[in-house]
Amino acid sequence: MKEQGKILVIGGGISGITTAIEASEVGRDVILVEKSPTLGGRVSGFHQYFPKLCPPTCGLEINYRRLRANPHVQVYTNSEVLSVSGEAGNFKIKVRKNPTFVNEKCVACDHCTAVCPSDRSNDFNAGMDKTKAIFLPNKMAYPPRYVIDRTACEPGCSKCVDACKYDAIDLDMKTQEIELEVASVVVATGWKPYDASKLTNMGFSSVPNVINNIMMERLASVSGPTKGKILRPSDQKPVESVVFVQCAGSRDENHLPYCSSICCLGSLKHAKYVLEQNPEAKVNIFYIDIRTPGKYEDFVAKVQAEPNVNMIKGKVAKIIAGKEGGVLVEAEDILKLGKVHLEVDMVVLATGMEPSLKGQAQVAGIKLDEYGFVPMELQQQGIFSAGVAKWPADVNSSIQDSTGAALKAIQTTMGVN
Amino acid sequence: MESKIGVYICSGCDIDQALDVDELVKVAGKECKAPVSKTHPFLCSEEGVQLMKEDQKNEGVNRFMIAACSQRYHEATFDMGDDSLVVRAPIREYVAWTQKTKDESGEFDEDTQLAGEEYLQMYYAKIKKHGLPEAFEQDTSKNLLVIGGGVSGMTAAMEAANAGYSVNLVEKKDHLGGFCLDEYKLIPAQAPFRDPEMNSIPEAVSAVASNDLITVHASSFVVSISGQPGEFQVKLNTDGEIKKFKSGAIIMATGSHPYDADKLTELGIQYENVISSAEFEQMAKSGNILRKDGTPALNIGFIQCAGSRTPEHLPYCSGTCCMDSLKQAAYIREQNPDAKAHIIYRDMRTPGLYEDFYRTRQDDPGVFLTQGDVVGVHETDNKNIAIDVDNTLFGEPVTMEMDLVVLAVGQVPSTMKGESALNLQYRQGPDLPELKYGYPDSHFICFPYETRRTGIYAVGSVRQPMDINDAKLDATGAALKAIQAMELTDQGKTVHPRVGDLTFPEFALSRCTSCKRCTEECPFGVLEEDDKGMPLPNPARCRSCGICMGSCPVQIISFKDSSPNIFKEMMTSFEMPDEFEEKPRILIFACENDALPVFDMAALERLKINTNVRIMPMRCLGGLNLVYINDALSSGYDGIMLMGCSFDDDYQCHFVKGSELANMRLGKVQETIGRLNLEPERVQQYAISMNDYEKLPKIIDDFAEELEDFGPNPFKGM
Repeated sequence: MKEQGKILVIGGGISGITTAIEASEVGRDVILVEKSPTLGGRVSGFHQYFPKLCPPTCGLEINYRRLRANPHVQVYTNSEVLSVSGEAGNFKIKVRKNPTFVNEKCVACDHCTAVCPSDRSNDFNAGMDKTKAIFLPNKMAYPPRYVIDRTACEPGCSKCVDACKYDAIDLDMKTQEIELEVASVVVATGWKPYDASKLTNMGFSSVPNVINNIMMERLASVSGPTKGKILRPSDQKPVESVVFVQCAGSRDENHLPYCSSICCLGSLKHAKYVLEQNPEAKVNIFYIDIRTPGKYEDFVAKVQAEPNVNMIKGKVAKIIAGKEGGVLVEAEDILKLGKVHLEVDMVVLATGMEPSLKGQAQVAGIKLDEYGFVPMELQQQGIFSAGVAKWPADVNSSIQDSTGAALKAIQTTMGVN
Repeated sequence: MESKIGVYICSGCDIDQALDVDELVKVAGKECKAPVSKTHPFLCSEEGVQLMKEDQKNEGVNRFMIAACSQRYHEATFDMGDDSLVVRAPIREYVAWTQKTKDESGEFDEDTQLAGEEYLQMYYAKIKKHGLPEAFEQDTSKNLLVIGGGVSGMTAAMEAANAGYSVNLVEKKDHLGGFCLDEYKLIPAQAPFRDPEMNSIPEAVSAVASNDLITVHASSFVVSISGQPGEFQVKLNTDGEIKKFKSGAIIMATGSHPYDADKLTELGIQYENVISSAEFEQMAKSGNILRKDGTPALNIGFIQCAGSRTPEHLPYCSGTCCMDSLKQAAYIREQNPDAKAHIIYRDMRTPGLYEDFYRTRQDDPGVFLTQGDVVGVHETDNKNIAIDVDNTLFGEPVTMEMDLVVLAVGQVPSTMKGESALNLQYRQGPDLPELKYGYPDSHFICFPYETRRTGIYAVGSVRQPMDINDAKLDATGAALKAIQAMELTDQGKTVHPRVGDLTFPEFALSRCTSCKRCTEECPFGVLEEDDKGMPLPNPARCRSCGICMGSCPVQIISFKDSSPNIFKEMMTSFEMPDEFEEKPRILIFACENDALPVFDMAALERLKINTNVRIMPMRCLGGLNLVYINDALSSGYDGIMLMGCSFDDDYQCHFVKGSELANMRLGKVQETIGRLNLEPERVQQYAISMNDYEKLPKIIDDFAEELEDFGPNPFKGM
């Protein structure tokens, strides 16, 4: 293929990584820009994927190996795209590279954390535990470098600098403004969990032991705050009874009007997590429609076959604190035309996916729809979107989509599209 | 070029807290006889790399054994150019971070030091025997063959053509367009997702037909395909005429057809006013939604999941019928404001932004949506249809009387028709292997285009149940993968997962016994057979997994950087100490995709791992040749652990059946060991995934305890 112009991929989650790798393995030059200090996005925080219940780290490991081996991809982490201007074949991109205060000499030897006196809320574990102010974003961090959250540092402290034998810490690191010239752009900025505290009556952030699906993944993950044991946050008691609330804030014109398409499967998977640790656990899933399309149908059959799993069609009306950390759930059972009252150890709100770009400072040149998604038909030529940035979808579909987006971006570099 | 090996031992990252690096330098010089052997406190720094580059320039070092961190770190940093070989000995992860460090008085632990020395010797033996790979060359075609001219095939063809590739598009019928061509309207593809949209397939057909890079072969089918990626020899039959050409990659887009509604007698298909969704679509297209007697249908019932999600018919959900029935309900309302649609469903599946399509129908006063299970369908006196529905939202069973009923049936992949679309002249068979329900799908969440026949991709509704919008996305992705396969093959490189690998298996055929094990065990159909029954490799089909190498009972198969010989040299590279008491020696074969990274994860946590373990990396457990067990036992190891991925129905092996084959071979070796009066349990296989790093030390310690009970390997020291 004739070399003609680079491809910019905005977002380094599974979709962005896929687009970048697939395009680069055809020989194109790609620039991958990720806002957080590491690649991996949401999936690096999952314990397993449905329906195979396999670890996301497996696919990420292979992808990182392909990335490392490929000289055609340039990765900027801790960097944000500020604007996209110009036209297909000739875009000018402004990128702001935020300082991590740790440079490329870092060997991840961990001597710095031993002397660091400050800590911070660990966003990788959804705020359920803490890290030191200097930390490795996660075990598969790409690049494998520590990062400093300066807002957590004691003023004037430089203990980590003294402890580092490799001269890797630069407390004076500055923000860099970078300008890039690319031929085409793929927006793969993914999603954030809908803020469940907006759901009145669901008790998120007011009732102890009401969590969302992201927090459930961290609880179940061996790299999470409880080393993979599903313990309820208030008192670390192993969870013996749980309620899953489907469509929490989804398919609701007051919150997210659309369906996020993965939460049914997500909760069924979480039910499996709970049952694997405690086969006697009681699981209740309140749903409106069970959406397990295609061959995913086998998965719901598997979970429904478990003895203590109860799937009830009905909306949850109210969640309030019970005694000693228990959670009281009041819901309707539509098929039995009645109300259900349950007291359980933990409630998981299966919240939907909101596009990352929603509510953020606008990236000039990228047009969003009313929900914050990046529809292809609204963008100018040469700008594409992939994964959940475009449409709420599961990992398998996002990867399929991202592979196609790589081809569309390549076509633009050749003067088509 | 003569090879000159340099050993570079990093003492950074606390390696010097666990190992006497200066002693290691001596071992490299004395025991290994390395011509160059140095240490540096920070090898990945600019100065460290400079040290090696200078040796490359001034000393002629062209093989670099880097004893430092694992190869998962600093791959680009330690790139010494195409003419040099780099081998990484992970003494940081396998020794420094997981073994006892020096004590307060500064004394190094002797077991840890021994581990460091032995790894040095193992990896030195490896780098000594490595060869430089030579790319496989062929005259590569970059033409794409697409079989199937429906939405998926046409999209794949157009997307490839738009990237500059020529395409041969083969269609069985005398026109392009596939199943969706005849639909009245389509489900929406973009915002607002509220209403059906015009059928744009005829435009797509014209665009394909008029594209200079696409050659359409209508009324054609594939007679045979032979060869390998980059040089598939394709033979077509077009209306009796035979055509031949060469293609570089293949996309199979043969689509699906509706489930045979005639099988649904329990849903009343035998009655004149019960029809299938495809029949209704044509009726709507004609503008005449009528009962059999010609009178207008005013109350049309839709039975969802007709013959789907049930073990009696199709166990799976097709994912499209909810949207299709809502679309057809919209037709009814559009054509007759007095007509009403009644949709009886189990779950309404309108994911994502399709929710707007559902909501719009819910807002339509002429569309009724009822959840319930259809338990009976009967014809009434005037040929109306009575549907008995249970488990409804009314709390009790109801009977709904309709004047026309539509059965919303699912899709069945074309592979279920029993004819081969590919007719591959492969020893392995003419088709792509199928997973479940007739779908030749990828088994991986992360790799939807993973295929067991390199360079051949299934796409669209033949691969998985999917709707037209998904099919277009799928086809675009597949076009990319097909292009990528052609480009990589052209450079002699293999594709996923060992992308870019230039090594291919080499066969010393003079010693071949024609046992055919390699030919049969290769998951990718690489090996054909010649008339003497010996393997005929097709390197472009190869994924470089090494399963063939593992299968050969006379070890004639090797790769330039991995072979039975190299493994043996690694295992015999040092003298096994005689001691056994509390120190049983364990050799761990670990696959690079699944098990090997787990050691790195454990090392990051500084978990302590049994010091008498030596780790032998493999591309795949399927590459385990039984002779390695022999070699390991005769070099004095007391026990052997095979660590790889799980191999049941939800197999994780990225080479399909590597760990499964290892397990099968293990069964055979355990018989042999038993006959030698050794305990068969000295060799065991473990399924280890990335989530298991916390458990790793205990798994190894438990095995060591079992070995202590057995006692030392009687072959030790022989």
